[in-house]
Amino acid sequence: MNDNNRSKTENLLIKMIRKTFIGMGVLPFLIILATIIFTILSDNFLTARNLINVSRQTTYLIIVTMGQMLALLTGGFDLSVGTILALSSVVGALAMSAMNAAFPDSVALVIFVGLMAGLFAGLSVGVINGIGVSVFNVNPFMMTLGMASVGFGIALFLTGGVPVYGMPESFSDIFGFGRFMGIPTPVLITAGLIIIMYFLVNWTKIGRYFYAVGGNIKASSLSGINTKYVLFLAYLFCSSLATISGLLLTARLETGEANIGVSMPLESIAACVIGGVSLRGGVGRVESVVLGALFIGLIQNGMNLARIESYLQTVVLGILLILAVAFDQFRQRLIAKSQD
Amino acid sequence: MLEPLNSADSAPPLLKLENISKLFPGVSALSKVDFDLREGEVHVLFGENGAGKSTLINIVAGALRPTTGMILYRGKETHFPNVHSARKVGVHAVFQEFSLIPQFNVTQNLFLGMEECRYGFLEKRKMHKQMKKILERLGFELDPRKKVVHLSRAKQQMVEIAKVFGSDLSVLILDEPTASLTEKETERLFALIKEARNNNVGIIYITHRMGEIRKISDRITILRDGHYITTVKTDSVTDNELVELITGRVIDKIFPAIHYNPTETILSVKNLTTADNSANSVSMEFKKGEIVGMAGLVGSGKSKVMRACFGIEEIKSGKIIFEGNELTKVTPAKMLGMGMFYIPPDRRNEGLVMMRNARENITLAALSRLKLSLYSMFLKRKNEKELALDLSQRLNLQPLKIERSVDLFSGGNQQKTLLAKVLTRNTKLFIFDEPTVGVDVGTRAAIYEFFRDLCQQGAAIVLISSDLPEILHLTNRTYVFYRGKLRAELRGEEITEQNVLSNFFEKKAA
Repeated sequence: MNDNNRSKTENLLIKMIRKTFIGMGVLPFLIILATIIFTILSDNFLTARNLINVSRQTTYLIIVTMGQMLALLTGGFDLSVGTILALSSVVGALAMSAMNAAFPDSVALVIFVGLMAGLFAGLSVGVINGIGVSVFNVNPFMMTLGMASVGFGIALFLTGGVPVYGMPESFSDIFGFGRFMGIPTPVLITAGLIIIMYFLVNWTKIGRYFYAVGGNIKASSLSGINTKYVLFLAYLFCSSLATISGLLLTARLETGEANIGVSMPLESIAACVIGGVSLRGGVGRVESVVLGALFIGLIQNGMNLARIESYLQTVVLGILLILAVAFDQFRQRLIAKSQD
Repeated sequence: MLEPLNSADSAPPLLKLENISKLFPGVSALSKVDFDLREGEVHVLFGENGAGKSTLINIVAGALRPTTGMILYRGKETHFPNVHSARKVGVHAVFQEFSLIPQFNVTQNLFLGMEECRYGFLEKRKMHKQMKKILERLGFELDPRKKVVHLSRAKQQMVEIAKVFGSDLSVLILDEPTASLTEKETERLFALIKEARNNNVGIIYITHRMGEIRKISDRITILRDGHYITTVKTDSVTDNELVELITGRVIDKIFPAIHYNPTETILSVKNLTTADNSANSVSMEFKKGEIVGMAGLVGSGKSKVMRACFGIEEIKSGKIIFEGNELTKVTPAKMLGMGMFYIPPDRRNEGLVMMRNARENITLAALSRLKLSLYSMFLKRKNEKELALDLSQRLNLQPLKIERSVDLFSGGNQQKTLLAKVLTRNTKLFIFDEPTVGVDVGTRAAIYEFFRDLCQQGAAIVLISSDLPEILHLTNRTYVFYRGKLRAELRGEEITEQNVLSNFFEKKAA
């Protein structure tokens, strides 16, 4: 009798796990697992202060990840997100320090010009990516890989590999360390972007078209969608988000640097895939992707607290990425079986 | 008259299929089909598109496994889990889709999977020599060093044929091998087939050409809608009897009565030639209130010409006039805006976004409309949902779950989702390209009623179909295509099996 009851509850548990797995993917399990492990490894992990810290540190990745999601939705990639971060950071910082030297009194103008310069640099990479992929049919992998090299080279050339100083202090005070109603500015901006992105992909026509073009480009074209324009916009939007991330990070670091985005391509794609975005295009949600990025932030933070060496951290990240994809394949089979 | 043959009267057959059924998700491609092949005979499989011929030869060749049934090879029960195992006992097939690697040259393709090696290294010179010998024996004019990608379709077909004739054969399967060959090459192929037959090879041959059946075959097995109909000796049956056998079916119940009321011309095509010449100087007219059929074999140009009108195929010359406006080289978006809607034949590749749900698929082409979006930017999702639900109900989508992803629906219901798209816009001319491929009988009837309603409401409908009964029973005017040319225009009573089919196939005298 007792045995029977126990096996019943066990069955129920398995059913629940199965349902969660099919519905939400592997991510909830990973987050629970990671939380348990790091709580055991470090007393400081599960504290409010640390968790707020994680969310603040992860904002930059979250923004880039949402951009990356757009590229992935259309069935492509953007490997140049790191370069866009670097280029916008370097160009923005150079413009600001030059302006600051010329007009030390008009801080607002200096910051405005700097932001515009950074935005221009970042967006131009996106425009070129978009034109290459949509008009010239260059494979997104090659296109963005090529642009990653071009942009990174330019960023290094402009700075000589040295960090750029000389930005007005108030730039970092506002966008790097500032708080509004107690919430750090970067977190606030990220929250705003998350809402905009959620609205964009779910409630606008162009958002729907990202999914449709990635899901079946021929069917989309026969349905009267200008597929080239949609592809172009995906890379443009992706680059704008990466640029915003780059400028915010510059404010936080108080310098313009050419190598701030090196880990971004891998981490943003990992966050998307862990968040359930299909590499074949057409499938993905903003909420899950944000959670995916937060998870990566959580892991990095936990490993730091547990004093795992940073070189080993990249090993863990790579393994997690592969595991997530493997589990997703398994999930697809379950979905096909359950048929609903 | 027709005499069904008794296969027990001769030696045990080389290959015997008993009670073979094949189910695909949502469709039954073959049901309880029997077939036997003797040594040294050419056995033609005859039937319309979708009758199950391809499925049957795929099973024999090991590319597909039957759901139920038995395969006996030389009297012993055999399973072919894959193509390789079938080849081992000498069962080789030339399919319509080529199995060549375009970047490889002719020799590399021919030896693919059976390369000559010594100590793990390729013996290129030896293979090259053997290759020359094979080509000499076959009498094919091919350059063994040329990459397949640079060869014409006919030459590629010859490489494919050389591939099978170069190996040890017991059963040879040829699926419309002459489709792209010239007369001279065809003659050479027939000589090779005769030679193989004299060497006791059993040959399964699929063709739509009456002339070829007469010329080379010994027996004919007829399939219809996945069912075995009969097997007859070639010299005991007339052409008309064959046509009757492949088309005869209970049709009355499926096809609704339609009242046509042709009014003004909505689309005229003048001397249209596509860039790839798949349609050649075609002129046609379409009127409101009628259903115009486009008949012909696969690749006859019947589909290409309409795709060109919709802006998908490149046009070399000619004019397209839609409602008085010349719209010759435009995009699908423009044509949709003008009131033309094209539903492609291949729902998986061209029609639907398979991983998205039914609602999004149905409304995809109409999101710019005021009803569905504000300033053509922000979606009105409540309206969208209502529209999708309404149309799904009208087409009887089952199950009625519009948030379910399309690839989880059965083939027939996927097709309904695709058809629902045309109702989301204000459409005046509907082009349906093979709208009932892989669709069960019940859904077919629903689709036909849908066409009737559209037509009687005054829309113009173009029905491109390889399914002859559809053409016969649903259209009031039919254009018949043969090899890219418009061969005939049939009206009303003229649309009979004989009239359509006589233009379908190569004329016997030729």
